[in-house]
Parts: sequence; C-alpha cells; structure tokens
Amino acid sequence: MKSTTTLPETRALPPRQDVHANEEAVSAAEKVLRGRRRRDRLFSIGGGISIAVMTFFLLLLVIPILRYGVGAYVYRGTIEDRRVQLELFERGNADRLAQEWAQVSAARAPIYKAFQDFEAELSTRSGAQRRTLRKEGKKLHELVSGLLGVFPDEPIPTLLRDRYGKTRWDQAQQQLERILIMETWDYSGEEAVLVRSPRRDVFAGTALEPVFDLLETDPESLLLPRWTFYPQFLTDASMDAHFFGGIGPEVRGTIFLMLGAMLLAIPFGIIAAVYFQEYAGGTWVTSLLRSCVNTLSGVPSVVFGLFGLAFFINTMHVSPGKSVAAGALTLALLVLPLVIRASEEAIAAVPHTYKEAALALGAGRWRTVLTVILPAAMPGILTGIVISMGRAAGETAPIIFTAAVSVGRAVRLGDIFTEATPALSWNLYNLCTEHQSIHEVVHVQYGMALTLVALVLLFNLAAIILRARVARRLKG
Amino acid sequence: MPNALELTAAQVFRRRLAERLGRSVLLMITSVAALAVLGIIFFIARESIPFFRDHGVVDFFFKNAWYPSHNPPEFGAAAIFLGSLLVTAAAILFSVPIGILAAICLSDMLSFRVRQVVKPIIEMLAAVPSVVFGFFALTIIAPWLQQLGEHWRWLGLDSGTNALTASIVLGVMALPTIVSVSEDALQAVGRELREGSYALGATRAETLCKVVVPAAASGIFSAVLLGIMRAIGETMVVWMASGNSARIPEPWFNLLQPIRTLTATIAGDMGEADQTTGSAHYSVLFAMGLCLLLFSFVCSLAGERVVARQKRRMQGR
Repeated sequence: MKSTTTLPETRALPPRQDVHANEEAVSAAEKVLRGRRRRDRLFSIGGGISIAVMTFFLLLLVIPILRYGVGAYVYRGTIEDRRVQLELFERGNADRLAQEWAQVSAARAPIYKAFQDFEAELSTRSGAQRRTLRKEGKKLHELVSGLLGVFPDEPIPTLLRDRYGKTRWDQAQQQLERILIMETWDYSGEEAVLVRSPRRDVFAGTALEPVFDLLETDPESLLLPRWTFYPQFLTDASMDAHFFGGIGPEVRGTIFLMLGAMLLAIPFGIIAAVYFQEYAGGTWVTSLLRSCVNTLSGVPSVVFGLFGLAFFINTMHVSPGKSVAAGALTLALLVLPLVIRASEEAIAAVPHTYKEAALALGAGRWRTVLTVILPAAMPGILTGIVISMGRAAGETAPIIFTAAVSVGRAVRLGDIFTEATPALSWNLYNLCTEHQSIHEVVHVQYGMALTLVALVLLFNLAAIILRARVARRLKG
Repeated sequence: MPNALELTAAQVFRRRLAERLGRSVLLMITSVAALAVLGIIFFIARESIPFFRDHGVVDFFFKNAWYPSHNPPEFGAAAIFLGSLLVTAAAILFSVPIGILAAICLSDMLSFRVRQVVKPIIEMLAAVPSVVFGFFALTIIAPWLQQLGEHWRWLGLDSGTNALTASIVLGVMALPTIVSVSEDALQAVGRELREGSYALGATRAETLCKVVVPAAASGIFSAVLLGIMRAIGETMVVWMASGNSARIPEPWFNLLQPIRTLTATIAGDMGEADQTTGSAHYSVLFAMGLCLLLFSFVCSLAGERVVARQKRRMQGR
C-alpha cells in the first residue's frame, strides 16, 4: 500500500523583519529571499499549468465526442428518417407517416414539375446554351434527389442511400447549402481560387428558377424535421454501410470479444496471483516468471495481433480465418498481466491477521486461500477485472488481424469459432479513414466514439467507486 | 481412545501429497500465463526468419526504399524506423516535462481534496481507448493544424495528418502513465527527507528539485521508459494521424511532414500481404514486430534493473 504523505502548507521562509541594524546586508538577504520565493511561486505555477494542460486535453477530447456523439441518439429527423424507420425497421406510426407523406408530396410537387418543364424547355434553347444547361440541370437533379430521395417517376435504385433523402436535418441543411451555393475553382490566376456563387444564377430565366425560391424560403415543408430520440441506434444493424441504422453488430462484437477475453484471463490471472503471493518462494523460477509477466505487459498491442495471427490462426488453427475466438484469445493475453497485477495487489492488501487467524483455527493453506484470503481480496480483484474489461473493449490493434471485419452481421454464440465480427473500436477506425464517404457518416463516427468511451469510462467509474468502498471497509 | 486431533501417518501423507499437487498445479497454470511471452517472442521470430534469410539485415535497417509490392520488392525500412523514433522522441519531449511537473504537483502541492478529483481524471485519460485518441487526432487536432498551415504558408504544412499531430496525441496518451508512475515514486520518498529539507530552510521548490526528485530519480526514469514504450508501441493514433508516407522528412527532424511508423506499417500492410503462405511482405511485417518486441523487452529489462538497484539502495546498500 502506498503511504500518502500530506505535507502541511508550510512556507519554509521566515517572515520578513523590518527592523534591522545593517540595512545593506538586510536588503541583500531580502533580495536573495525574494528570488527564492519567486522561483518557488514559479514552480508552483508550472505544476498548476501542467495539470491544467492535462485537463484541457481531456476536455478537448471528451466534449466534442459527448456533444456530437449524443447527436447520434437525439437529432432532428426528417420525414426520410421516419420512412427509413418504418420501411427498413418496421417501427413507427404508418398512418401518421402516410398523412405526412401526402403533405410533403404536395410541397415537393412543384419541384418535380419544374424539372419536367425544364426538360421540355431545353429543346427550345440553342446549341451551346443547351449543353451547359443540360449539364448543370443534371447536377442539380442529382443534388436535389440527394436531399429528397429518388424522384417519384424514376426507377427505384438498388442502393438505399440513393433511394432515401437526407434523414437528418443537419445533413439536409448541408445538402441545401450545396444546392444553393455553387463552388468552382478558378484557375485563371497564379493560384487556384475557390469561387462561391449562387447556383440560381445559372438557371436564371428557366423553369428551374422557382425551385430555388422554394428551397430558400421553406425547406422545412419538404422534409418536416422533428426531434427524434433513437435509442435503437445501440442495437440496430447498420444499413447500406452505416448510411442508415445503428451500430448493433459492433456493440455486440465488442461485448463478445471482451467477455471472451475476460473468461480466459480471469481464472489464469487470479491463479497466477495467488501463486505469486501465497506460494512462490524467492527462487529463480519465481523471479523468471515474474519477469515474464512484466515483459508481457510491455509488449506493444500490435505485436499481440501478429502473435494471434501467427499462433492462434496459422499454427493452432483455432479458426479458418479471423474469428471471435481468436480475437478473444489474443485479447486475453493482453489483459492477463493487468489482471495478475491487480489481483496480486488486492491479495497483498488483505491484512496479515486474517491469514494468521485462519491458520490458527487449523485451516490448511488451501482452505485459507479459498475461504479467507480470496473473499477478502475479491473487491480489489474485481476492480482490476473491471479496468481490464475496459481495456479489452477498447483495444483495436490486436483484433485487426484476428477478429475484426468492417462489414458484417451481428455475431451469434454458435459462430464464434468461424465468424469474424465488427467491433466498435475497429469500425470507428474504419468509418473515419476507409469508409467511402466519410462526411456522410460523421454522426455514426461520433456515436460510435461516444458509445465506446462511455462503455470504457463506465467500467472505470465502477472501478473507482468499488475501490473507494474497499478502502473504506479496510479502514474499518 | 485415540486422540481425535492427531492425524495418522496416512492422513499426514495424503495432506502433504494434496498440498504438493495443488502447488504444482498452480505453478503449472502460472507458468502457462507467464511463459506466453516466450511464446510470443518465439512465434514472431519464427515468422520473421524467412525475411532476414532472403533479404538480409543491413538493407532492412539502413536502406531507404520501401516498395513491398514492386517486382522485385524492396524492403528498405530506414524511413519507417526513423518515423517511429521521431514521433516517439517528440511525444516524449512533450509529455515528460509536463508529466513530471504534474506528478510533483499532485504528490506535493495539491491539497488532499483536489487530489481526489485530479487522480480519477488522470485515470480516465489513461483508460480512453487508443482508437478514440486517433479519432480525436483526426477530427480535432489535424483540422486545426491544417488551418494553421493554410494561414501561415511558410510553415510548409501541407496536410493536417503529419508527425506533429501524431506526436502531440501520443504525448497526451503517454502522460497518464508518466504521471502516475512518477507520482508513486515521489510518494515513496519518505517524509523524513522532505521534513529535513524544510527544516534546513529550503523552499518547497528547492526541496522538491534538490531532494525529492533526485531521491525518486529511478522511479521517474522507469516512468519515462514506460512512456516511451507506450508511445512507440501505439498503433491506432499513428496509423490514423501521421500521414503514412514512408519517406524521410526534409530535414530529417521536420515534424511538419507526414511520416510512417513501424506499428502503422504492420497494421496497414497486413491486409495487403498474404496472411497464410508466408510471403516476403508477410514476414517483413513480423520482422518489424520483432524489432518492436525487442525494443520493449530491453526497455522493460532496463526499468526492472533500475528499480531493483534503487530498492537495494533504499534498504541500505
């Protein structure tokens, strides 16, 4: 156990004395003293700053994740969102949606009409003008169908993202911005300059011009945004590469991997801790084993991944390829030193008197360990286990080669030896670097980050509370 | 009547046997857990041997030509080694002063109540998964640096994902380790030393700098080692935020250019390499893993050595 030394707030310097015989000597001494005091204060300020820097980074990390992450669960959903919910997840009120749909269709009708008129109008225009207008019209058509979903008279596309419009009002607003403001690069100067101009200028005088009025003045009537609470984000499967739906398979995969890892690491860890604390003598065998455990805790996490690939998959053939089991085995190795160390500390913290009392009552060593020491150390061991669970849930590198896939369905218990799984940590990486349109799934990225951080920090919070209670109990 | 408490010879024998047996079973299980690390070294080494046999060692370490998918492939990883060392060094330069100061502040300056608040904060920072730090680097730090680069062209900052981004975030990640280990070391320095120093009229800064920190030097040293190990072994942050370009920056210490590290190469290239048959690309990644492993091995041995020596000295030589 650590001893906590709280030092009294002493200023070691004597108070200044004003009355003195030798003025000059005093002022010289004063100067030195003042310098020392200043340095002392500077040092304190430095300490304060360093703590502040850490807090700053923690806040910088947590606040955006919290702010935007909550947006995955609570947001202003458009009618497209409600359509997705009803048609893909069979959730929501069909009658009410039909009503809203009629309302929205009426509001959208002028837009669709304008596009038809525009098409007819094109033939009346002359050569060059027709070509540019057709090109621009096509672009606008694409942008508007991105906002509102596929046009009613067109065939239903295969990709869900082309079928439905923007489901979230924030994304719809971004799309509106893209429709209203045209961005072009001007290469005439020395450096390319981004020029922003209103898109309606291109269509001045055509049938499409009124569309811009409608989009500018009353976009809400086209999409009917409403505050939506979407707790099923946590359990829904993702549709069309996370454009729609939730993060259910990822959450499930992470939990499976974590539980699998703990299932293996806990027994081994506690037994090893009991051995080190209660049985091991000071022999060379013990010190070798101890060194090994220490080294294991320093192995970089990506090396665990390599080992998992080389040993569990390519040598032991735990599974034909990536699988939950291989990932859990790898993660178990990673958290093993943590479990061992925490359990050892907990066992060491059990007062000697407990053990001596048990032995004095005639209990054997086994019995003492099983009935006295382990129960007394259990809260401490649990603390360590809970922290290790957080670690296992958050690790990415070890599961890249052993368990994780970017797209997959929720894994079932029967498949753990054959199926790879999506996992929160890996998919967060995947969504913000390798996903085909990173900016369309920002809310999912933040939602995933929030879920992962919440999972891990909840475990840690539990550990902190547990530890405080243990400390209180040991104090009596 | 025989004494009920007295055991017969057979009973004693059985008890002894059970004790022995139990003990050896425990030892066996413990050994499995502990010797896993030897297994790791063995398997990583075994998979990397084909590479060293076919392509040699010197080129791997000193040649700057990383073209694993060319025909014939070239595996000169000098730039990658340099990248790893560069971000690690920068991260440590950033986090060691802050970390040690924070540890001092935590152990000797703050009141008990404030400490109760700050310690959990540090623990939470330590618990945040590395991929979330990577996400943070990518979505917050990198755009900031990008804007900075656009604002001040002379910096030569072309992209937000560069060695500096990775180093800052790695430094933040290494901070909790450094703080908590050095704080433990500072706490272990006895009260007597501090009080002696105060009694001699030293200020708090003088006491800390000239008495407490030197006495805790070995612990602080091992804290720094742990920080280095954490930074060099970290994968996700550097993979996401360092730019992943296997070139030597110009000049070589220029943090504002994208670099590539060992861990990011392993994580990123394994998907392209054939994972089962053992191609050269596959085994070169294991060779990199072996280097990382050996480095962390040396670090943890050095740390253990220093701590053991300090313990001996504290117990009176």
